[in-house]
Amino acid sequence: MKCWIAGVAVLGAGLPGWTAGEAALAGTAPWCMGDVVPPPPALLPPTERRRTSPAVRLALAVAAEATAGIEDRAALETVFASSNGDGAVVGGILEALHDPAGIALSPTQFHNSVHNSAAGYWHIAVGSTAPSISLGGHDGSFATGLLAAVMAVATRGTSVLLCAYDLPLPVPLAAVRPTGPGFATALVLRPEPVAGAMARLSLRHVAEPAPAAPPSDALDALAEGNPAARALPLLRALAARRLARIGLPLTADTHLALELDPC
Amino acid sequence: MPDRSPLWPLSLAAATTVTALGAGIAPLRRALHAREGGLRPSEFPGGPEDIWVGQVPGVEAVELPPGLARFACRNNRLAEMALASDGFAEAVAAAVARHGPERVAVVLGTSTAGIEETEQAYSRRDGAGALPASFDYAGSHDLQSLPAYVRARLGLRGPAFAVSTACTSGARSMLEAASLIASGLADAVVAGGVDSLCRLTLHGFASLELLSRGRPTRPCAADRDGISIGEAAGLVLLTRPEHAPPGAPLLLGAGASSDGHHMSSPHPEGLGAVSAMRAALDAAGLTPGEVDYVNLHGTGTRANDAMEDRAVHHMFGDDVPCSSTKGWTGHALGASGAVEAVIAMLCLEDGLVPGCLGVAERDPEFRSAIAIANQARPVRRIASNSFGFGGSNCCLLIGQAA
Repeated sequence: MKCWIAGVAVLGAGLPGWTAGEAALAGTAPWCMGDVVPPPPALLPPTERRRTSPAVRLALAVAAEATAGIEDRAALETVFASSNGDGAVVGGILEALHDPAGIALSPTQFHNSVHNSAAGYWHIAVGSTAPSISLGGHDGSFATGLLAAVMAVATRGTSVLLCAYDLPLPVPLAAVRPTGPGFATALVLRPEPVAGAMARLSLRHVAEPAPAAPPSDALDALAEGNPAARALPLLRALAARRLARIGLPLTADTHLALELDPC
Repeated sequence: MPDRSPLWPLSLAAATTVTALGAGIAPLRRALHAREGGLRPSEFPGGPEDIWVGQVPGVEAVELPPGLARFACRNNRLAEMALASDGFAEAVAAAVARHGPERVAVVLGTSTAGIEETEQAYSRRDGAGALPASFDYAGSHDLQSLPAYVRARLGLRGPAFAVSTACTSGARSMLEAASLIASGLADAVVAGGVDSLCRLTLHGFASLELLSRGRPTRPCAADRDGISIGEAAGLVLLTRPEHAPPGAPLLLGAGASSDGHHMSSPHPEGLGAVSAMRAALDAAGLTPGEVDYVNLHGTGTRANDAMEDRAVHHMFGDDVPCSSTKGWTGHALGASGAVEAVIAMLCLEDGLVPGCLGVAERDPEFRSAIAIANQARPVRRIASNSFGFGGSNCCLLIGQAA
């Protein structure tokens, strides 16, 4: 299967956006650890904006950056992938369910707890009625999202916005699911090489573990710690405009074999 | 276009369900014909008072096979009950023998996975607030625990992932299954959904004042007052028709859309619902007149049923019978679309339109042909709707083998 990458975004530690982070990703400027501060989503009306959690803000920030200037933004099908989902909201509900003073859940928190809340807010933000799917996948959530997105492009000839995001969980869940600094990325995938396309991406599923790739620098270490950041090898090759073959683990015993061919 | 192959139709080569009526299709079929629902006054520990639920009898006693104990949680026990029903695991084993384990994929929907296990673990936090050492996050709470368990239990090596689009999850999984087969990544896919009772959803829907109080849910009734939550598993084995047993029913097409309107309220005119139904008909190459019965999402809330009536009437007009079967099973959230796909299969086989249960009087505002009594009539093609929070919509079209 193949598709063309026609938009990209990133938001992570020391990577405050694609334009601002491209040189660090390409290796032409140093990368330094920094805070991840998802901005309030400007695309949403103020009432909805106030209800968004950090996870939703993180997802919408990259979705907005990757689609900035794209005319058919509302027509893009979407794939949202996250391992931890909205851990702050789910954790808050779990606390409230065990409040000795009695159970009083917030209705807004409850509808924000669904795994597709980021997708829901995105489609409200851009007025999109296009199909959308939200996926889990534990450590393989980015690979899962990429697989679903490329399948949609290849089998239905549609254009897809892929958004992968993960934040650390609150205590006490953080201890049983340690997650590195927040990270999100988004890609716009097209069935044809449109003007401005950055690269052609080919994908194969291989029913064998991914080839071992021990971390060789600080960005590789960042990728290890956060499921969404496992996109980094692909993002680094894209930033460097480098032909690349990447083995991206899907499950412990399978992987996606990616081939990136810059336009 | 490169790499493209037709997505539809697919065959429902095997299917099973576990609902409040019991394990397997047989007790559900019997109850549908006898018009005996599975909802009971809730005794779920720590849940809201004064509600009815569709609790599956015997879940707590289910033991997972040796070696898979790390996956122990209410949701995977429900999945295990389903795998052991209706010869489902054996049908998957036959697909593995035919195609190889790396060619059989798993795509399963769930909204809360094993969160009930996390709720119990929170009750056992130590003095410092830490969760007990025995709590296995990846094996229970994580969405991937469901497809990972099913994949390990069935000895599969194909792609496996979880779909979580709230109450469309179980139906939506089948679109991804179709993509896996059409793209050549799999020859057979275990799809569907599993969702289990937990305090998060019971109290969550209570906080939104969307639960029916004191009585079971009454979808499409003039006096309907909300949802009865259920738990369930619905599993199907999807293959290309040439790889299915002769006469296996077909998944003729599926369609999805987003509302882009509100997080928890449907678009009042049902625009998203209409576009999902239209997309499913287009995928199947069918016209509305070729559909014999519509299985509604029909949750029993004022807003959902009113929206859905408008959308279904817009698509199908005055005469196509439609009903919700949630009066039997409760609303099984991320499993509901899969359970109702299995119900559609048995309605095709039996020539049954199961009229909404417990409805004395239809909502007088409704214009669709809402059935409130069972009808015996030929049913060749069924549209099955699912809608969810976040504005997620999905419609499946299920039909008899050609």
